Amino acid sequence: MLANFMKKSLLLLSLGIISALQLARAGDITGTISLKGTPPAEREITPIKDNPDCVAMYPTDLPKTKFYVVDASGNLADVVVYLKGVPSASTGATADPVLLDQKGCLYSPQIMAVQTGQKIIVKNSDPCVHNIHTMPKQNPESNQVQMPGGADLTFTFDKPEPFLKFQCDVHPWMFAWVSVFDHPYFAVSGKDGKFTIKNVPPGKYTLEAAHRKLGTQDADIEVKADGASQNFTFEVK
Amino acid sequence: MNNNFRPALFWFAVLNAVATFLLIGLGGLVTSHEAGMSVPDWPTSYGYNMFALPIRFWTGGAFFEHTHRLLASAVGFLTTVLALWLWLKDARKWMHWLGVAAFLLVVLQGILGGLRVDLRMPSLGIFHGAIAQIFLVLACSLALFTSRWWINSETEKQVAVPRGLRSHILWVTVLIFIQLLIAATMRHQHAGLAIPDFPLAYGKVWPDTSAAAVASYNERRFEMQGENPITAFQVDLQMIHRLVAYAIFLGVAAAAMLARKKLGGRDPLARLAFVWLGLLTLQIVLGAATIWTNKAADVATLHVMVGALALLTGSLWCLVAARRTRLAATSPSP
Repeated sequence: MLANFMKKSLLLLSLGIISALQLARAGDITGTISLKGTPPAEREITPIKDNPDCVAMYPTDLPKTKFYVVDASGNLADVVVYLKGVPSASTGATADPVLLDQKGCLYSPQIMAVQTGQKIIVKNSDPCVHNIHTMPKQNPESNQVQMPGGADLTFTFDKPEPFLKFQCDVHPWMFAWVSVFDHPYFAVSGKDGKFTIKNVPPGKYTLEAAHRKLGTQDADIEVKADGASQNFTFEVK
Repeated sequence: MNNNFRPALFWFAVLNAVATFLLIGLGGLVTSHEAGMSVPDWPTSYGYNMFALPIRFWTGGAFFEHTHRLLASAVGFLTTVLALWLWLKDARKWMHWLGVAAFLLVVLQGILGGLRVDLRMPSLGIFHGAIAQIFLVLACSLALFTSRWWINSETEKQVAVPRGLRSHILWVTVLIFIQLLIAATMRHQHAGLAIPDFPLAYGKVWPDTSAAAVASYNERRFEMQGENPITAFQVDLQMIHRLVAYAIFLGVAAAAMLARKKLGGRDPLARLAFVWLGLLTLQIVLGAATIWTNKAADVATLHVMVGALALLTGSLWCLVAARRTRLAATSPSP
């Protein structure tokens, strides 16, 4: 019995050391996402005008859609970048929860990514009722009401799925898209188009970038101890 | 004069039919506003008794969904009372059972609507929409059968309607029902407009539905209300909807001409056929307007309501024509 315990302890210790060594050697994948061409102009979300609770939060201009979040230099935000085809290695159960807020009758952020099992805390910062309707293709669908000032709701998803839709049917212009991965190697590009995927073990991978409207692009990369860099350029046809 | 006519019963049946028609309109608004799931629970609403939901929650999509539930409850109540009334007071046995059928159908319809919410199954919305159309025809038929005109004309001399004309209108009516099923399938895809232009489709007579083409359509679309991306199936379905619409229009135009030729221009059924043609013309204009307004909720809902009226007109025409023909055959020769 003692021998067994010793064996297991040694095995766990070895795995821990190997993981620690790998992490020490792990590098970051960085890059920038660009957009070529002129995307369709974003539109005012005019249905907000029909809802007194929501329009009161926009005394001057109505908010606009955010399908193509691109800056003056052509850097594209809200692109989900991830390693494709890597073995399942989710650390979602112990990862920090992520926040999805409902503010100004809009979801914030509109594009996000989590791991399987990772908690998504949905908050209602608005003075009105919302329903949180998840519309997955791989995971179970759910639909819950959240009153103004109501307790936060927690969602987790067990299966990987790209662009899983969160929708409010009370305010049907409100939606967010959450990509779910069964590993921690993903990022969402920021307003400057930049992304960083941290602590990727050295090796050869396929890196994929996915934009909800523009589709996906792949690149074969090699991550070394000092990381790797890969840019993507999407084009509006 | 027939003593079987009961004015109160007739007007109650009319009330039920009008409420049902308005309910279809309200149901249309629910789907047009993508509000069907805005109240996630049923038969409660946000955990409240449905009839006690505080008015501060009647906002946005929940306004349409909740008022739809309330009006549906009212129609359920009216239909139950009507079925009991027919059972107790109408002398015609078949009317008793027609009342029971209406009661069962309204119960089924209510449960389907509730299950669509509780089970979160959009496909149930298609059946819910289809049964609504059948129920409207039934509710209006009950009003027709309890009317003074229907009851008194039982003993009047009638002119038969030629079989060919009756068959033609029956088949066009069946085609309208099929069209309504196609329309319900389109609406319950929750994908918005699969084709944004009319009379062409993506600038062509028949649009390209290759994967690359559909991807480029989706790139350009603005799903203001979170609509799902469109698919080649949805593009094809809208094209079929357009083709069937043209076929129905031609079928109704032919029906109107045939009715005038066979029955004479002054015959009520010939006039009704021209009213039908007017409805179909309006319906095609509304269909085009639905596209040109990017599926504005009120326009799309009017399209649903006029579609229901088109089915109703064809159905009632068939009922009256069948009865006239039966009475003409059984009335004694002069």
